[in-house]
Formats: sequence, C-alpha cells, structure tokens
Amino acid sequence: MKRKLVAAISAILPLHLALAAPYKPDYDAQVLEHLPAVSGPANRELRALRQQLAANPGRTELALDLAERYIARGKAEADPRYYGYAEGLLKAWPKTPEPPPKVLLLGALIKQHRHDFDGALQDLDTLLRRQPDNAQGWLTRAVILLVQARYPDALQSCAPLIELDDALLAGTCLAEVNSLMGQARKSYDFLQETLADQAEAGAEQRQWTLTVLADIAARLGKPLEAEKHFSEAIRIDYPNVYLFGAYADFLLDQHQPQKVLSLLQDKSRIDALFLRSVQAKQQLGSSNLAQATQELEARFAASRMRGENLHQGDEARFMLHLLNKPEDALRLAQANWQAQREPKDARILLEAAWAAQDAEAAKPVLDLLSASGMEHPQLRQLAAEIRQLR
Amino acid sequence: MPARLVFCLLILVYTPLLHAHKASDSYLTLKVAGDRIDGRWDIALRDLDYALGLDSDDNGEITWGEVRRRRAAVFDYALSRLNLSGGNPPCPQQAGDYFIDSHTDGVYAVLMFTAVCGTALSNIGVDYSLLFDLDPQHRGLLRVEYGQATHTAVLSPTHHNQPIELAEVKPGAAFLQYLREGVWHIWLGYDHILFLLSLLFPAVLIRQERSWRPAEQFRPVLLEVVKIVTAFTVAHSLTLSLATLGVIELPSRWVESAIAASVVLAALNNVYPLISKKLWLVAFGFGLIHGLGFANVLKDLGLPNNLLILALLAFNLGVEAGQLAIVAAFLPAAFFLRRSWGYRQLLVHAGSVLIVCVALIWFAERAMNTQLVDWESLFK
Repeated sequence: MKRKLVAAISAILPLHLALAAPYKPDYDAQVLEHLPAVSGPANRELRALRQQLAANPGRTELALDLAERYIARGKAEADPRYYGYAEGLLKAWPKTPEPPPKVLLLGALIKQHRHDFDGALQDLDTLLRRQPDNAQGWLTRAVILLVQARYPDALQSCAPLIELDDALLAGTCLAEVNSLMGQARKSYDFLQETLADQAEAGAEQRQWTLTVLADIAARLGKPLEAEKHFSEAIRIDYPNVYLFGAYADFLLDQHQPQKVLSLLQDKSRIDALFLRSVQAKQQLGSSNLAQATQELEARFAASRMRGENLHQGDEARFMLHLLNKPEDALRLAQANWQAQREPKDARILLEAAWAAQDAEAAKPVLDLLSASGMEHPQLRQLAAEIRQLR
Repeated sequence: MPARLVFCLLILVYTPLLHAHKASDSYLTLKVAGDRIDGRWDIALRDLDYALGLDSDDNGEITWGEVRRRRAAVFDYALSRLNLSGGNPPCPQQAGDYFIDSHTDGVYAVLMFTAVCGTALSNIGVDYSLLFDLDPQHRGLLRVEYGQATHTAVLSPTHHNQPIELAEVKPGAAFLQYLREGVWHIWLGYDHILFLLSLLFPAVLIRQERSWRPAEQFRPVLLEVVKIVTAFTVAHSLTLSLATLGVIELPSRWVESAIAASVVLAALNNVYPLISKKLWLVAFGFGLIHGLGFANVLKDLGLPNNLLILALLAFNLGVEAGQLAIVAAFLPAAFFLRRSWGYRQLLVHAGSVLIVCVALIWFAERAMNTQLVDWESLFK
C-alpha cells in the first residue's frame, strides 16, 4: 500500500522534486559538488602545500605557512571552514609555554573570527610584549578594540604603527578611530592628504584606506564623495567582504537596489552579502523575494543549530526588515551589542528599539553616542526619535 | 504520507541555488528502539574530500562515481570516529545504505548504519570525533529519537562524549503507554482470545452423561469463569515477569508454536471432552506458556531499564483489562443463550471445530516458520 503511494507520487512529481530527499544519482559522471579548493590559483597552491605537508609532517614552518594562507583565504572568501583548517594545523603545534610569535598571531586571528575577542587580545598582548615591532599585531589589536567601541584603547594601539614606517597604515588606523571620536571631518581631510602623499602604497592598503574614507564620507552625509571612494576601492581587484558589505549598505541607503544586485551578483554564498542582496530585492519589490527570504532563514537556522551566534547583527536586520518581527530583532540586536559595537551594530539596535517602542533597550547606544561625540547624523536622528518615546 | 510529501516540498524550497559558506557540520540522527540503533549520518562531500581526498582526478569536481567508489573508505573513516554504547559494552556498527543529499552549504553523503547493542537500551553513550583533528571548528549535530522523545546535542572537541538518558519519558506517560500496549496486544492477539473463548464456551454448561446441559444458576457459572480467568492471569503474569526479568528464556518459535497448540487442545476439549472439571488447571498450565508469548511482545517494544517494573505492571494490567472486556462481553450473552440449540451446537461445537482448524494452521506455520495463509488479506 505504502509502496504504491510512493510510486504514484514519484510518478506525478517532476524529477527534481523526487530528488529532494536522499537519493542515489543515476550515473557516475554526475557532478555533485564543486570544490573551492581547486578554483583559482590561490586555492591550487593551498592544495599543493597541504600535500607537501602530508609528505613531511615534521616541517612546522610549512604548517604555519599553510595555516596563514588558510586564514587569508577564509578572510577573502568569508569561508569559516578555512579558519577551522588553520586551527587544526595550529592545534598540532607542540604545546610550549612560549609559542612562537606567528602561532600567537594566527591564533589571535582565529579567535577574532569566532568573536572570542578577549582571548584574541590576550594572545596579542603576549605577542606584542615579546615583539613590540609587530605591525600586524598592533593593527589587529586596534581593529578588535574598535569593534568593541573602546576608542581610546584602539587609538593607543594605532600609535606604535607610526614608528613602524608605514605612514598610510598608521594614518588609516588613526583616522578610522578618531573619526568615531568626534573628529570625523579632520580625520577625513588628513587621510585624503596622506593617501595622496603615498602613491607607492600597495593595492591592499589603498583599498582599505579608500574603504575607511568612504565610510567616513557616508557617515558625514557626503554621498557623492562616499560613492567616489567606494567605487575606486572596488576597482582594486582584491577580495574584501567588508568592503562589499559596506558599499552595499551605502547603496541600500541611497535606494539604489539595482546597483546592489549587480555588485553582489556572484557573492550569495556569503550570508552577510546575501542578506544585503535580499534587502535590495525587497526595495525593488522583486518577485522571488519570498524564496530568497526563505533561503536566508534556512541559513540562519543552520548556523543556530551549531549553537553559534556570530551573525546576530545580520539576523537582527533580517528579523526587522524582512520578517517584520521587532521584538525578535531587538533581542538579537541586544545580544549582538554585547560582542560588537561598530556603528552598524549601533544602528540596528536603535532601529529595532524604535520598532519595538523600547527606549530603555536603546540606552547603551545613546550612552556611547554622547560619550564618544561620534558624528553620525543618521544615528543621532534615530536617537532623537527614540528619546521622544520616553 | 502527506507529511512526507510536505517535507519533500519544503526541502525543495530550501534547496539553495548557490550553496552558502558555513563552518563544517555533520548531521547525525539516531533512532533507538529496543536494543537497536538506526543511524543516518550526513557528512559534507567537501569535508570528506578534505579528510580522504575524494576528488581522485583532481579537477575540482566531485562526481557520484568518485563518491560511490570510495564507499568502504568513507564508512570506515566515519564509523571509526563514532562510538555508540548502551551502558557498558560498545554496540557494534554495521554499514548500510549510501545516499546523497543537499544542505544549505552543499552536497552531503548520507551514511545509513545500524548498531545492535544486545540488551534493551535505557541510555546510550555517543562518543564523536569526526574531523576534530583536521578542523576543530567542526560540529556534530546530534539528534536522538526514542519513542516520542527527541534529544539534540552539539558535539565539539571539548564536548565529544554525550551520554543520553533515553527513559526520560515521564513515568505517568510510560505507564499509560504500556497499559495501552497491553490492551492492544490482547485485542490483536487472536490466539489469546480464541484460547480464552475455548475455555469459556462450556462455562455456562454442565457436562452430564456425555452431553452438555445448560447451567441453572448464574452464581456457579460466574465462580467457574472467575476461577478460569484468575488461574490464566496468575500463570501468565508469572511467566511474563520471569521472562521479562531474564530469569527464563525460551526461543520465541517454540513459545509461539506451543501457544497455537494450546488453542488446538483447548478447543478440541470442547468437541471431544476429556477434561470437564477443574478447567482452571488447564487455564493455569497453558497460561504459563501464554505469559512467555506476552514477554516476547514486551521485549520487542523495548523496556526502559529504570521504569522496568512500572512498565511490566502497566503492560500486565493492560492485558488483564483487555481480557476482562472480552469476558464481560461474552459471559452475559452466553448465559442468556445457553439453552438454545444454536449456542450448544453452532457456537460450542462448530465454533470449536473452526478454532481447532485455525489454530492447527497457526501451529504448522509457527513450527515450520512459513506462511500458509495470507491472514492479512483474509481479514480485509
């Protein structure tokens, strides 16, 4: 009886529907999965290095080199599996009371990625005590402190970079932090001058500087200048998920959904960027919005099953703007604020608090705005509206 | 069935056009019943490739052929990183079917397997170490289904050993469940009903000079029935308990054959009466065998160790309740009809002959372990 029903249903359903449950492919040549590890020369290099390491398991410097490359890939492609591989390689490192600086730095980057910011800062402090001239160490430390909205501490971490003869690196670090401490206009002008003086700076460095300039311009309400910096940064062909996300947010605010979709068209593997393209579809009134929303929901559900909460800020945006659930959004935005306190985290917390008509929930952001003196007309407007709620 | 259809449709909706980037997870589902664990383990092809190198031609594409040919290696790799135990001894795992399925972040191999632990499971231990050496960010998303209950856990390098108490079912719920099973077993166990009816048919009659006469008064009839039912109950409760607690153990084929034989003999006794007095002794003797049959049913259901006595009691009470319902329906009707020709000739005589025939076929089937009659289609 049951078998007959199954047969009848399989006959009615189109082939791809029948394939929705576990299945056995029909023929051997059927391609099931495309491996990222072979697409592109960078990934081929990784594979070759890994084979080399498998042949010489004792070569620890090879393992560190590979771990560093995995982290770079993980950052470039926003693919958490690479961070996992890097951690696996570091785990195999013999336990010593004084691990080499590289092990400390890579460990800190992995911890930063999974939002263990305190653990990462601890590793970095150990590293910088032993290697005070480690520029990447100081920079990583500054970035983490910035995410935690500990601006004076972040500034102190930028300062040693001045001595380490990369003026644009130091200038960008200082300008970014200062711009959040009531010095946005000054920082903006200073950074533009520094960039103009440093024509020989590397592509990656230029891209980061342009992104910071674009961010400041957008915050200050200078959309034309922001657009100019963003498009110049994006023309530098270096993968940078943060830049794509920031540019997409800017374009969404400018109500240019079509531009968002073309910017992110092949980036939907990355949840944060997929969220922004779904928001663009919403602005457009796109016909496949429902399907995209459902897929995004499934992805958040899959992340939650791991017991992780790395995407609470984005999930709050999803809840508020796509599912229209202010209370759930507020809960997520508050949890996110415990870990991350960048302007975009402040914004979703204010938006959710406003939508949920909960002035009390917005207090931490209001406090930060008044303590830092941050220039951010958009946030200040939201804050003023929320103050009216009381 | 509709539920499965809806599930299929949902999966379709959720099947992404382009796979998401996600940290590595595997999905491990264990269905526990009795002493047996049925497992389904979804492991990403990308993870299996990282661990085992599935992409044999190194072209960046994993084909079904590449996955299929490495079946043994995949099962060996995965099952050697999963230890299931039911109490003390580990449960040996047996590789089963091998499928493909999709999740939000890509295509997965689906490994079906079974583990048989030997004793009815009240708790299991899951020790999981897949991929932890290569990717400490890997997580095993465990789901254990047991009866109506579901447990979930996230397994990680620091939390890789997960003991699961299966019998967290509330005692009240367990009692009701086993009570219901007991009643159902009597209602669906035609052999027990026919045995009991065969013994009860002559209860409203008195055997005198080689023929049946209707009994005059209800009281002695009731007394006789109470004696028979009580003797049957005491006997089967005794063996049911002893067998469930593991004191006696007999092959179920012998037991089932003996139960069929008991039905034949009880019905035959109505046609060619050998024993007309002290039928309760017959009920007691054969009741011992029927109790062993009940025990086999209970074993198949699987008993929670910490609620063993409660479940046993509930199941037994359920059996008694089912039995009493039959007696309560039968006795007044039989007493009312006892003087009629129909009762004595048609029911007692012809009915018993029919029961003998049916039970003989059961006996043959059970003793030889074959099927002679398609009972299911007969009763449809």
